[in-house]
Amino acid sequence: MTSRVFTTRPGFGPVVEGTALVSRDAFSPRYDLDRDVGVVSRAGHDLEGRSIAGVIVVVPAAKGGVAAGWSLYDLRQRGIAPLAFVFTRVNPVFVQGCVHAGIPIVHGVRPDPVSALHELARGGPLRLRVDPPGRRVSVLLPDPAAKEAKE
Amino acid sequence: MILTPEEEAMRAGEMGPAVQWAIEHQIEVGRVLGARRLVPVSRAHMMGDMEVLGESGFAFLQSLRRQNARVRVTTTTNARCVDFAFAERLRQDPRLVAREAELRKTLSRMGVILSDTCINYQTLDQPHFGQHIAWGDTGTVIYANSVYGARTNFESGPAALAAGLTGRTPMYGFHRPKARRGRIIVEVKARLVDLADWGALGAIVGRHLNDYWQVPVFTGIEEPVSGDELKHLGAALASYGSLAMFHIVGVTPEAPDLETAFQTTGRLPAPGLRIDDAAINAVYDAYAAQAAQPRGGGRGDDPDLVVFTAPQLSVFELAQVAALLDGRRVRRGTTFIVTTNAQNRQAAADLGYLQTLREAGVLVLTGVCFYLMALPDMRRRFGWRSLLTNSAKVANIIGGYGMRSVLRRTAECVEAATEPRSRGAAAHTDGVRRD
Repeated sequence: MTSRVFTTRPGFGPVVEGTALVSRDAFSPRYDLDRDVGVVSRAGHDLEGRSIAGVIVVVPAAKGGVAAGWSLYDLRQRGIAPLAFVFTRVNPVFVQGCVHAGIPIVHGVRPDPVSALHELARGGPLRLRVDPPGRRVSVLLPDPAAKEAKE
Repeated sequence: MILTPEEEAMRAGEMGPAVQWAIEHQIEVGRVLGARRLVPVSRAHMMGDMEVLGESGFAFLQSLRRQNARVRVTTTTNARCVDFAFAERLRQDPRLVAREAELRKTLSRMGVILSDTCINYQTLDQPHFGQHIAWGDTGTVIYANSVYGARTNFESGPAALAAGLTGRTPMYGFHRPKARRGRIIVEVKARLVDLADWGALGAIVGRHLNDYWQVPVFTGIEEPVSGDELKHLGAALASYGSLAMFHIVGVTPEAPDLETAFQTTGRLPAPGLRIDDAAINAVYDAYAAQAAQPRGGGRGDDPDLVVFTAPQLSVFELAQVAALLDGRRVRRGTTFIVTTNAQNRQAAADLGYLQTLREAGVLVLTGVCFYLMALPDMRRRFGWRSLLTNSAKVANIIGGYGMRSVLRRTAECVEAATEPRSRGAAAHTDGVRRD
């Protein structure tokens, strides 16, 4: 059975709702992203070719180094940042970068959101509610925006 | 979070809006990551170049400067994206170059020392045991924590600058003794004969753990171990696994024995990983196989580009590469780049290594790291498809830039990129023009 509500450690930012983009691979803006356009560029990455703009990015872990600190701010200022980040395990850089950029972030999510949400996402677009002050991530089904777009 | 009266004054804006921004940033980060207070730091080391900042980051720093921002503790800069002496030759975007020059002035006016190096720990600044610092660039962090026993988390550009402005950082993670405890034993049975082997070891362990909060404890590695070897191990652990600390029993200061490394008098875990020669060779084979795929273009033994960087080279590495290149020149159609910092470049010039490298046709770049140099643009301009390197970190990063990378031992890289040179013959001058 798939969990629909996840608990998190203390997060940052306001409550947001949006479409989820779920990756089984760890993520770094330097290692994996074409930062000019906000599209995942690393060959073989679970999100290769997908845009992270305006969606809730759900990833198991942060990857690599310190670039997220400045680059998330730059992505946000150019209107191509994610709506929020949901991390199973985070490193400080993503927290620092999200705080600087004003992007909501939660981490220490239980149960593991990646496997649960990846499975759910296979059935169609997923809509999530990320609630950093309440330390919760909830699945809102179905995704009305995606349904309308299809119709 | 508990704040001192001085910190409360910073938060209230009594020391200006720049310091207020900085401490509010730190309080928020500390809240998310479980800090109950801030800890004074004596050093900050920040990443801040145009490639990663972008126009918006540049504007942000300009606004801080207009608010009279000035660092309170010694703050140095990491490797940058432009070596001004080579910008034209490398066909870097003139707008990027101009902005980078302006950015340097801005940082300098804020009191930041433009050290432009990712190996500050080898040349400029050796922190002492237990010293709290706020360093950025993951390679500097893991070296400071593991080899010097200093205390720092990964501090991204804005976070390190905030630490420079307040003289503090949130007290969480590797500032606390508990986080520094070993979590897994890695038994090394492999012979590590080249810097690339140490990087490959870091790649295996980093990939396996892939969690900032993990701390591997290596056994089976005996002295003598050089600083450059530890540098490549740390850089790869940080790159592949986002790790900030490791121990080597009998080598690093917080691991005289396993019990001390694990901070226990009780039972120790069984080895969680065993690394032998076959495992190290498998890292090389995997990169070679990847590069041989049809979409990769270029092969490891016929590379467009050979790069020794990440981290910048020490004097000893420059000496080794110069010795390998003596009597050889870079092949036509191949570009050979090494990067170092200003201090090591001067030393290499004094010792004659720089001349040997130049005569062979190598581009020796200063104050930069290759992957920071707006690489997608350069790749398109020069048509580069494949890169050969002895740096596991670069091999890992380059995949996101649309190039295929091959990891090889240092001498193998030089062999693939060069050919014997008869006395008096000049270096080839095609591709990227050379000195």
